[in-house]
Amino acid sequence: MAKTKAVVKHRKGSWKMILALFSMMIPGIVYLIINNYIPMAGLVIAFKSFNYSKGIWGSDWTGLSNFTYLFKTQDAAKIMRNTIGYNLVFILLGNVFAVAVAIMLNFLRGKMNKKIYQTLILIPYLISMVVVSYIVYGFLSQDSGFLNNLIVSLGGEPISWYTQEKYWPFILTIVNLWKGFGYSSILYYATVIGIDSSLYEAAGIDGASVWKQIWHVTLPGLKGTIITMVLLAMGRMFYSDFGLFYQVPMRSGLISGVTDTIDVFVYKALTQLNDVGRAAAAGFLQSVLGFIMVLAANLIVRKVDKDSALF
Amino acid sequence: MVSKNKTGQIVLNFVFVLLCVAAVAPFLLLVSSSLTEEATLMRDGYSFFPKVFSGQSYVYLMKSAEKIVRGYGITLFVTVIGTLGSCIMTIMFAYPLSRKELPCRYGFSFFVFFTMLFNGGLVPTYMMWTQTFHIKNTVWALIIPGLLMNGFYIIMMRSFFTANIPDEIVEAARIDGAGEYRILGQIVLPLSKPMLATMVLMIGLNYWNDWTNSLYYITEEKLYSIQAILNTIISNIQFLSSGQSSAASAMNAADMPSVGIRMAIAVVGIIPVLCIYPFFQKYFVKGIVVGGVKG
Repeated sequence: MAKTKAVVKHRKGSWKMILALFSMMIPGIVYLIINNYIPMAGLVIAFKSFNYSKGIWGSDWTGLSNFTYLFKTQDAAKIMRNTIGYNLVFILLGNVFAVAVAIMLNFLRGKMNKKIYQTLILIPYLISMVVVSYIVYGFLSQDSGFLNNLIVSLGGEPISWYTQEKYWPFILTIVNLWKGFGYSSILYYATVIGIDSSLYEAAGIDGASVWKQIWHVTLPGLKGTIITMVLLAMGRMFYSDFGLFYQVPMRSGLISGVTDTIDVFVYKALTQLNDVGRAAAAGFLQSVLGFIMVLAANLIVRKVDKDSALF
Repeated sequence: MVSKNKTGQIVLNFVFVLLCVAAVAPFLLLVSSSLTEEATLMRDGYSFFPKVFSGQSYVYLMKSAEKIVRGYGITLFVTVIGTLGSCIMTIMFAYPLSRKELPCRYGFSFFVFFTMLFNGGLVPTYMMWTQTFHIKNTVWALIIPGLLMNGFYIIMMRSFFTANIPDEIVEAARIDGAGEYRILGQIVLPLSKPMLATMVLMIGLNYWNDWTNSLYYITEEKLYSIQAILNTIISNIQFLSSGQSSAASAMNAADMPSVGIRMAIAVVGIIPVLCIYPFFQKYFVKGIVVGGVKG
């Protein structure tokens, strides 16, 4: 009671303090309005025939023609399929792999080795996708790539990796797993070490095997984090790692059928094809569908397990 | 119990050694390729254990060092100024949000949170920065769009302040007559050092590794950051020797160790990160862990 009174009293007394607090937030508010809120309003560009001299607000309305144009071409179906398809695979494999590594890390004894392992598996996460594309090139280059040398030395024919679509779903999945597994493993590990160790002891006394302990103690303890991570990823279902899909395939047009996602398409349409209309239409769908996905995923989680919901 | 079982431990350690090799070996391929003699590269290709070592790729890089040094300069400037600006703005936004006295604090928090749920995407953002703010081909294009402030860090810092700065300390400082800016600078921040270090490193890494803003907004070579140079060289290995006088012009395309030099420049791009990382590993881990906990 006393505390509430003090706060109320303070609130009345020191408008100077409140002013100071407000003044601190001004740069941030201005930045968020410019960098985030104005572009949200700018999404109307998808319904306009954009003209550089007239700008976003001055360009003429064209109704849905940008969208009909987008869907008339094969591109719409292709980029949707790629974006959603890769996301589903990445979410499933990435989380299963990371949870497995986190559980193993928890069973490991010794401080020093644990720390070394944690340090090393995080390194790929720190490197930009441009450098990753160099590394992948070191493995896959037609003439001098490590893999082709290996194939040739084993008596096979060199493979032209950058021109054949069939390899890329696997390559991109491997690169994504390689770059991200350290990050998500450490994230899950932080939750695993928070699980009450007496639960394991109790299970051990009851004669539960390691697998049973994982199933009945570790995984239930991880449930909240897993739901949060999957939920966050579901909310990003219409987004993709631009670097992974743009840099790693080395912009090879021959494989764009399986490497173009919405982000890559929007960038290419905007800067290379100078097709603002289709870029804007695809971007609009991405923003709006992405927003709906976040709300829907959160709603589902609220129904199932209220504590795990984001908001 | 696996943790008390010797064979189990050996198996686990073995699995982790494999995982670590998988994580690190690709970098070794990069390094050993950059150190291979060009003729050997032409014959054997990139390999982990080249037959003939040579530093010639790096010697050639030194000849065109001007561009690389310039790229480092741009990257360093952008990283330092960007991280500084970003941290100051983030802290100054997060601290008021953590104070109960702020009217409409949930409204303001939502104002931040909403930017994490919904965004305008590339097209309107690009149009606004280039058409309204004419940011193209200025160094600000590398600092301001997208990177300068991220709702995620604001929410992260707000939660940290709320949970770790006792109201009593702030109250006591106010009674002593300290203003809000002084309270933030002299009381709240010194209590938040580990969290600040985490934020500085994460934001700094984002700036160091960023190549997208260069891709969208920079076409002038003199503003190329180290990532932008890497990005250009992938498709155009002659970039290094182009438009140069003196020693470098003698280095024509035929002389250039084009296969090895690609890898050498990539090594040059990642060395600073790999050198700094081990010393700050715990802050990175902390940043990841905090990221998994909702704000």
